Amino acid sequence: MAYLLKGVSILGGKPTDLHLGDDGLITDRSDDKAEVIDATGLVALPGLVDVHTHLREPGREDAETVETGSRAAALGGYTAVCAMANTSPVADTAGVVEQVWRLGREAGLVDVQPIGAVTVGLAGKQMAELGAMATSAAKVRIFSDDGFCVADPKLMRRALEYVKAFDGVIAQHAEEPRLTEGAQMHEGEVSTRLGLTGWPAVAEEAIIARDVLLAEHVGSRLHVCHVSTAGSVEVLRQAKARGVRVTAEVTPHHLLLTDEMASGYDPVFKVNPPLRTARDVDALRQALLDGVIDVVATDHAPHAVQDKECEWSYARPGMLGLETALPIVLSVFGEKWELIADRMSIAPARIAGLAGHGGDLTKAGSPANLTLVDPSARWVVEPGGLASRSSNTPYAGMTLPGRIVATFLRGEATVLDGKAVK
Amino acid sequence: MIKHLRSAADLDAETATLILDTAAEMAALSGREVKKLPALRGRTVVNLFYEDSTRTRISFEAAAKRLSADVINFSAKGSSVSKGESLKDTALTLQAMGADAVVIRHSASGAPHRLANWVEGSVVNAGDGTHEHPTQALLDAYTMRSRLGRLDGLRVSIVGDVLHSRVARSNVLLLSTLGAQVTLVGPPTLIPLDVAAALSPSTKVSYDLDSVIPDSDVVMMLRVQTERMQDSYFPSAREYSRRYGLDLPRMRNMPEHAIVMHPGPMNRGMEIAPEVADSPRSTIVEQVANGVSVRMAVLYLLLGGK
Repeated sequence: MAYLLKGVSILGGKPTDLHLGDDGLITDRSDDKAEVIDATGLVALPGLVDVHTHLREPGREDAETVETGSRAAALGGYTAVCAMANTSPVADTAGVVEQVWRLGREAGLVDVQPIGAVTVGLAGKQMAELGAMATSAAKVRIFSDDGFCVADPKLMRRALEYVKAFDGVIAQHAEEPRLTEGAQMHEGEVSTRLGLTGWPAVAEEAIIARDVLLAEHVGSRLHVCHVSTAGSVEVLRQAKARGVRVTAEVTPHHLLLTDEMASGYDPVFKVNPPLRTARDVDALRQALLDGVIDVVATDHAPHAVQDKECEWSYARPGMLGLETALPIVLSVFGEKWELIADRMSIAPARIAGLAGHGGDLTKAGSPANLTLVDPSARWVVEPGGLASRSSNTPYAGMTLPGRIVATFLRGEATVLDGKAVK
Repeated sequence: MIKHLRSAADLDAETATLILDTAAEMAALSGREVKKLPALRGRTVVNLFYEDSTRTRISFEAAAKRLSADVINFSAKGSSVSKGESLKDTALTLQAMGADAVVIRHSASGAPHRLANWVEGSVVNAGDGTHEHPTQALLDAYTMRSRLGRLDGLRVSIVGDVLHSRVARSNVLLLSTLGAQVTLVGPPTLIPLDVAAALSPSTKVSYDLDSVIPDSDVVMMLRVQTERMQDSYFPSAREYSRRYGLDLPRMRNMPEHAIVMHPGPMNRGMEIAPEVADSPRSTIVEQVANGVSVRMAVLYLLLGGK
């Protein structure tokens, strides 16, 4: 169906009419049969792209499925998500990544781009068949053992080199495992008070420092997942200044929340890497503004009730993110639409190699992947009201700015009037 | 009165002093022929122990029984917990049974905080992971006060594995609240980060036991697990003992009035020499006796006994 978005503001610009053709492309021709949407006061952004999502299927369908996660994504303004490999079975073969890719197509709410594991079973010992995943129907380009660090320097070097053959990129979960044995939260004043084993910032920074040197040595691309410390920002700043081909992401929660949230021992605030200090939060915000950090990624990590309603040390790390990411970014940075479009759509689409996403909405012929935001709307986060199958949001009860009114995937509405169409 | 005792930080100076004064009254009771008070008759106290700790459990049990409470001992081993029951489900079960207070010992830091969300009764922390052990701090403060006559201005040195010690955290918090000056002593690997900012700004840190000893009114030795060696916190038990163990020559350098404390169980010959543990300066046995009085006071006040 064709759509006419009347009076829409593209990236905060003057109100205009935007035509979405029934061929799924943006067009400058009007169509009498187009459905008219009054978009007065709404801002159009290129459909958001998440390079770091956990959809949990196969294996933990009680926490999330490709379909429920896709719906949460569409409602959050996303048109593409990259599904992390730590499923059960692990996405370390062409078969598993094709399964996830196919489930994404069947759900039809966002483009689900599987990420492949770097090592067999995420065990960090033997390289998975990266080439087979790259040439599968899923056309995997990002490889990650996320949840685990590729800690072995030789294996990391080889993986960085090997994926050059198909323009792949290794997305590293930077955590030196020997420095974080038993770690429960950021190592510092609060962990001392709470008696929880600390996760020192240096465990992240040391791996990033090593990996940018490895990437520089072999001339490969490196992507750093969920950067969380001020020290990591400095390492990245220097590496980028030298011309190393490194990109990095930050999560909405690391842009907003601090380790003080752990004080009541509510595991909804347990996440890996952990929430850091206010000083780290400031450095991460500045890094995103400067472009030292390239993208906002959700690290959307649904968990079943029993995996969070327990002792802090026994709880699984991770928090929901897809439906709150844009509102959190809006509340942190305000209505900087160009910045938001770049860090949440254009740059992630480029890193993930997702042609067709992060396109120019003013250009006829671009795929009609976009979302409409009402920046003046305020809403209260209610865990039970989210589309995700899980409810482990750290923002429960918070009032957030910005509501997603509609999302279009190749011209088809996936969200209308703030509700998923299917 | 506060409802729960999850952390020594739950206690202000007034409340802590009230507990210590009440404990003194309770102690007077133990000299009588009939040691029982009817204060908590008809009330139910559950000892929920996820870790083996016979000493602490029987101390709480004796305290509750002397106040005439009904006591249920729930140990994780051989119970529904070993069959995988969650803390929440156990809490709801205890709630349904009408527990007025739950005394919890757990290997996970913060378990008492979680439990307090799920039960209506009072929660008393009997030691959680590497976090806190507030009744131990209260009995230590009680012991110091009865031996030395005061807490305000007292110079207390806590020596050993502070990083993993719930006793040390609770003691720093409580003693600072009551005006004592605490110095933490140990190898740098076993002193937690930013400890003064985290616990109390007056807290001092030293890596040199010998320089601290002559200026200590109280030297409290912490248990050091020998397995910490394998994790490179220190090279060997022998080196640890030489640098941070309390032996006779070191004890002789303490001021004449100063006392030696240990929360037990001790590693004799490791952090404390047997001659020191058994010396008249040692309060180790007294601490155990005081534990019952202090726990009686805590249960009595939390449950609003009359």
